[in-house]
Amino acid sequence: MEQNKLSMVVFSGDMDKLMAAFIIATGAAASGMEVSMFFTFWGLQAIKKSEKTGKSFFGKLLGVMLKDINTVGPSKMNFGGIGRWMFKKMMKAKNVAMLNQLRDMAIQLGVKLIPCQMSMEVMELTLDKLIPQVSQPAGVATFLEEAKNSKITLFI
Amino acid sequence: MADQVKVDLVLDLKGLLCPLPIVKLSQAIKDLPLGAVIEGIATDPGVMADVPAWARASGQELISIEQQGKEYRFLIRKVK
Repeated sequence: MEQNKLSMVVFSGDMDKLMAAFIIATGAAASGMEVSMFFTFWGLQAIKKSEKTGKSFFGKLLGVMLKDINTVGPSKMNFGGIGRWMFKKMMKAKNVAMLNQLRDMAIQLGVKLIPCQMSMEVMELTLDKLIPQVSQPAGVATFLEEAKNSKITLFI
Repeated sequence: MADQVKVDLVLDLKGLLCPLPIVKLSQAIKDLPLGAVIEGIATDPGVMADVPAWARASGQELISIEQQGKEYRFLIRKVK
């Protein structure tokens, strides 16, 4: 049955796209919608702690590359981190909420953050390496069930 | 007309940009009793479109919204 709900796949680990995802999520929650964000692949970086992860060589390499939400760069013009610094500076000057603040707000508003179990396996991330506010990891069937009952579905 | 409405809470949203005005508004209205009126004062021109849209989506009553110089003032009544 359709509910007043928004379901989102957060695939991207880019600063700009994650901002869009969290702005839509907080806006929807503030308007009384139930919101589920399903984090998969690069998106997992948005709900990860800044800790060493991985077991294998490649897994450890990924762990070094993907730190946490504060270290994500924009999808364009990152220039090895200069772009991230520039955007953060510009956003601060204009008093726009930072990505980590948007995520805190989403959590406060009751947005459900669901990690994708399969991506966690691939990236060698265990649940204790994710922020404690995440829901139980799940798979495609969970997302599809939520999406089927939602008024709005997005892939970011 | 706006002057005749009794305001229960004044919400200072100056300097805030999307999505903060509606997030703060939704948090503030939660703690108020039914019938209470919030006056919001913002500087983000986006609220002219977003506050009416928020009111429609959340089912609250928008009494008025107007620009006064560089500020945008609106009145919202909690009806649910």
